[in-house]
Amino acid sequence: MKIYLYILVMAGVSYAIRALPMTLFRKPIKSRFVQSFLYYVPYVTLAVMTFPAILHATQSQVSGAAALVVGLVAAWLGADLFKTAVACCAVVFILEFFI
Amino acid sequence: MLDKKRELLAGIRDGMPIGLGYFAVSFSLGILAKNIGLTPIQAAVMSLLNNASAGEYMGLTMIAAGATYWEMAVATLITNARYLLMSCAMSQRMDPETPFRHRLFMSFDITDELFGITIARPGYLSPRYMYGAMIPSIPGWMIGTALGTLAGSVLPLRVVSALSVALYGMFLAIIIPPARKDKVVAVLVVLAFASSWLCSWLPVVSALSDGTRTIILTVVLSAGAAALFPRKEQEVTGA
Repeated sequence: MKIYLYILVMAGVSYAIRALPMTLFRKPIKSRFVQSFLYYVPYVTLAVMTFPAILHATQSQVSGAAALVVGLVAAWLGADLFKTAVACCAVVFILEFFI
Repeated sequence: MLDKKRELLAGIRDGMPIGLGYFAVSFSLGILAKNIGLTPIQAAVMSLLNNASAGEYMGLTMIAAGATYWEMAVATLITNARYLLMSCAMSQRMDPETPFRHRLFMSFDITDELFGITIARPGYLSPRYMYGAMIPSIPGWMIGTALGTLAGSVLPLRVVSALSVALYGMFLAIIIPPARKDKVVAVLVVLAFASSWLCSWLPVVSALSDGTRTIILTVVLSAGAAALFPRKEQEVTGA
């Protein structure tokens, strides 16, 4: 029972964090600075989370680095989400036969 | 009507690699949950209601430590604070005509990945696209956690390795095409990579949790870019 209470506290806080800005900021924010800031947020946050974390997501840093290079090239050439993800998985899967 | 269906299907398609990645990653979460004494059902409920990797790891360590509920709340707040930023960014991309309930439902699953793919599409955010992506993602995360508690690691390590990079591959597919078109975004991505790498080994900063480092770097770099290179009005909604 105690564990379910812990889980409920976690879930309540997690949902509040996610829902408060979405429900409170219902009008566009006028400030050009804030708008620009929020425009840049996704790119920065995803880039920060990707590197160097991708190097440690795999058994060996070599296959992680290979996935990074393949992902960069595939995305640069215009592959969509699904194809880029599959290309990264494939290179790790194949490389880790040998590493 | 047709449009809504197409949005949903596009979401399911893009959600498939996320669901698979979640399935693999949440296995290790399940193993930890088991070691702490959670049943598979408890682990599944935790993952269904939380949808957060670092947040759940933190939660499990708090349970293991016998923390108070307040400590649990504060720890969850800190570990998941980046979602606050993501939710702010999403709030500015909602169509004012979209019914309010969609804001409540979409908020439920603002994760790094679903936030990334939903906000990467041009124009207003599409609730149905996001719901489509939730269809494989939520069960992937939940079932992976539950199976992790049951089976330990039944997947070969190589498979787990391969699936773990799916999420990063998607991040790259989101940030690289805009970086190719826009020099400011390109420089920002390179700076983000470099500073994130620096911060992972610099003294003091490297002792911070990944979540906290992500927030600090995001705020500093985005604010810097916004001050130096403010966007023109029409660019802001067209990410």
